[in-house]
Amino acid sequence: MHLPVGESLNALCAGLILICAFAIVGTRQVQGVRRFFILQSILLTAACFLLAWDEHVPDLWWLGGITVGAKVILIPWILSRTLAPELYIRRELSQTINIPSSLLLALLLAIGSELLVGPVASASGNPVIETNLPIGLACLLIGAYSLVARREAIPQLLGILAMENGAFLAGIAIAPTFPLIAEFAIAIDVVLIAVIVGLLTKTIKQTMGTTETAALSELREETIEWR
Amino acid sequence: MRQMVAYNALQVLFVLVFAPLYSGVISRLKEIVQSKRGPSIFQPYRDLWKLFHKDEVVSFETTWIFRITPYLVFVAPIFVVTLIPVLTDYPLAFAFMGDMLAAGFFLALGGFFAALAAVDTGNPFGPMGASRTRMVGFLAEPVFMIVFFTVSFVAQSTIPYVVQQSWIASVAIFFSPAHVLLLVAFFMLILAEGGRIPVDNPTGHFELAMIDESKGLEYSGRGAALTKWGGQMKFLVLACVFLNVLLAPWGLASGQSIVQVLIAIPLILVKILIFAGVLVMIETSLSKLRLFRISEFLGAAFIVSVAAMIVSIFVGGVI
Repeated sequence: MHLPVGESLNALCAGLILICAFAIVGTRQVQGVRRFFILQSILLTAACFLLAWDEHVPDLWWLGGITVGAKVILIPWILSRTLAPELYIRRELSQTINIPSSLLLALLLAIGSELLVGPVASASGNPVIETNLPIGLACLLIGAYSLVARREAIPQLLGILAMENGAFLAGIAIAPTFPLIAEFAIAIDVVLIAVIVGLLTKTIKQTMGTTETAALSELREETIEWR
Repeated sequence: MRQMVAYNALQVLFVLVFAPLYSGVISRLKEIVQSKRGPSIFQPYRDLWKLFHKDEVVSFETTWIFRITPYLVFVAPIFVVTLIPVLTDYPLAFAFMGDMLAAGFFLALGGFFAALAAVDTGNPFGPMGASRTRMVGFLAEPVFMIVFFTVSFVAQSTIPYVVQQSWIASVAIFFSPAHVLLLVAFFMLILAEGGRIPVDNPTGHFELAMIDESKGLEYSGRGAALTKWGGQMKFLVLACVFLNVLLAPWGLASGQSIVQVLIAIPLILVKILIFAGVLVMIETSLSKLRLFRISEFLGAAFIVSVAAMIVSIFVGGVI
């Protein structure tokens, strides 16, 4: 049974998740990107619980719990353990494309993804899919765009994780009864990505003195001193 | 019919009387939040009284534009008040004379003449403030348009009295992304148009940093009083549009009797007081943006409004 209020709240969550994706592209400070990622994950959990309550899918309660554990608690904790000085630094991030143009491009991506999958989603006849599939794809594309536009490692990592959030949003609508073990594996995967990129970035910072991935394109002849 | 005209006049009177109180309450609340004492909430009335009793000095270099502008700035919000619901949730006599677009045009007309008058003075600060206000204005324009289009799509109408009823048609529409995100976008628009803190500092006295205030620097006496009062009314009108048209028509009179309309007055004042509290919280917790960051602030408002449009209209599952 579909409660219209549930659908409406789900659409509201989707809209706020989309705005968080824009904010991840448009924020100037690392802290801001991190906060908006956490907010996006919290909203995602809310959407998941809402769907579990609305469609009576017990698996989604577990899934929401896993999301909170992995993305709201574990990943920010890992990042603050491995990259604390870089994470709390207050400076402007370097970008290939400035922020207003980035936001406009992200807007085009959002509208494009709607045009792309809108017809498919509306063919399903399920209002939750109609909302979540285009918005999820839009978040995924915007996350991928932030990988391109940002030039530093931590926002790029958060971009990857935001992509995963978008895929998750579409996923809970399309396949709410997806086997829980697979979802659990994906959640562990995401945490592992955070650990690996976090440690890698820490090493890059120690050897190169910067986390700008653009600076890594130069090959270095001299032997690197490990500290 | 005569009753409806009388209620319309009562709405105009409400805005005329309480606009200075509203800005007085905001400045007092702000001072209290910042652990200062601040002036009395009736200080704006005293300022207006004082200004009306002073002589007016008008430069020889100015033209008729400078002289008629205070009256236009004063009258424009009054025209808007006749179109929007301030005290009643049923349409009054002049409700169908114009829609939300007309209300926007009236406010823009006042702003346009204020900018012209600022250029007319030849004072270097006036044109600078005017050009900055225009910059904020044209950045706010697309947000206003998207908000307007989405609202008219949801409500199937552009008349404010019809729009306000559509939000409470069902709980689902009240919590729909169209409603919530448009509220956020319009709130950011109010901050920009009203010259509040993230965009402009309303209490600043430094001419170089002024955006909205420097347009009225050359006015004295009655002209200054009218521009000031007009500005306060415009801000109250924007708050009324936000609270009564876009948020929900709670607290408005639904009956035709005069008693119900009079009871609506304190209820609306309470509503506006809560709004002022939120505004003060935002103003004290943020700092003024640099001039070229304003485009990002309004860009964010634009993104929010477009997100509302995408989620509610293109996706279309909810409405």
